[in-house]
Amino acid sequence: MTPVAVMVGANRIVPAAGIIHPLGSADLSPDDEKALRRRIVEQALQALRTEVARPTVFTRE
Amino acid sequence: MALRVVCYLNQFFGQLGGEEKAGVGPQVVDGAVGAARAVQQALGDAGTVVATVICGDNYAAEQAERAVAEMVPLVAAARPDLVVAGPAFLAGRYGVACGALCAAVQAQLEVPVVTGMHAENPGVELYRRQVHVVQTGAEATRMLDDVKRLVALGLKLARREAIGAPVAEGYFARGLTRNVVAGAVAADRAVAMLLDKLAARPFASEVPRPAFPHVPAPRLIKTLEGATIALVTDGGLVPRGNPDGIEALNATRYGAYSIEGKTGLDAAQYDNPHRGYDTTWVKQDPHRLVPVDVARELERSGAIGKLHETVYSTVGVATTLAHSARMGAEIAEKLRAAGVDAVILTST
Repeated sequence: MTPVAVMVGANRIVPAAGIIHPLGSADLSPDDEKALRRRIVEQALQALRTEVARPTVFTRE
Repeated sequence: MALRVVCYLNQFFGQLGGEEKAGVGPQVVDGAVGAARAVQQALGDAGTVVATVICGDNYAAEQAERAVAEMVPLVAAARPDLVVAGPAFLAGRYGVACGALCAAVQAQLEVPVVTGMHAENPGVELYRRQVHVVQTGAEATRMLDDVKRLVALGLKLARREAIGAPVAEGYFARGLTRNVVAGAVAADRAVAMLLDKLAARPFASEVPRPAFPHVPAPRLIKTLEGATIALVTDGGLVPRGNPDGIEALNATRYGAYSIEGKTGLDAAQYDNPHRGYDTTWVKQDPHRLVPVDVARELERSGAIGKLHETVYSTVGVATTLAHSARMGAEIAEKLRAAGVDAVILTST
């Protein structure tokens, strides 16, 4: 859904794991799922301290 | 029977003077003066300008409520069947005054009104939903053409005739939806539009895209280690029982839920009324929507200064832009008052 976020003008956008579970995945083991969640949240924090001038999608490095 | 028409003009178009006369208060003159003569010309035999109300731009702008309260009786005394204000073109103070007077006359006297402005006149956004504002040029160079369109719409309004769509009649959309019978089914219209697009022919969408104004991205002034971070979601997290009654779609409400003392969200204590996606997985584990567990760990390790103790939540499906903007502004105001520095908003 990141194109929608760009269209409406959200400035810092981090792609998540999916519409039905943005910060998780039932297919992963509990530990791997939490690691995925942590990675997305840390990427969001990284985005928060990055200056942007326009809607920006922060893809995984 | 010829209609009685009252015109409203500023000091300039009413021929009282220029900027040096912008402070003069409301006055009324019998018949058509200044730009009102163009209204009379456009009316022809259909109506007579019986009076022209004139007010200085500064007087109308600086004490708007008083100016309108003084002008409405002047308009009423002339017993109009129609009030034509302006056109104000791109003149901001004039446009706002035209809109304010028209809205008051329509509401208090129940007399049809019409005004005209350029698209970028601030009066358009302020009043287009309440009154018919005809689109004009930026300057008075094509005054008579613009006035003719104002008068044409004004006569329809005064005669209680059916008013067509904004594009057909030349006024700014009022935000109203009206059912019409189309000549062809949607599939045929869509294919015709696609063929026009492929052939580089002009075509017009039936669903105008809303314009989203650019919002400057705020800079995080503090370091993350010293910042308070809040979690917000439009994915529908609610405590069991949905105490705020957040709607399953087209939400008008949001909730504020404390996570004080919690290192995580216990699935048994939460629910999710969102009807825009399959909520099975986030009900199994609410962290899949709102990452309180990870955020607490980051708080404990010092990666962030503090996790805000309130999570804000609403349902983002078929939610109107107006309600979204209102709820967003309200939530932002509360977060700011609570000293929150940044927000992670999780969306489905």
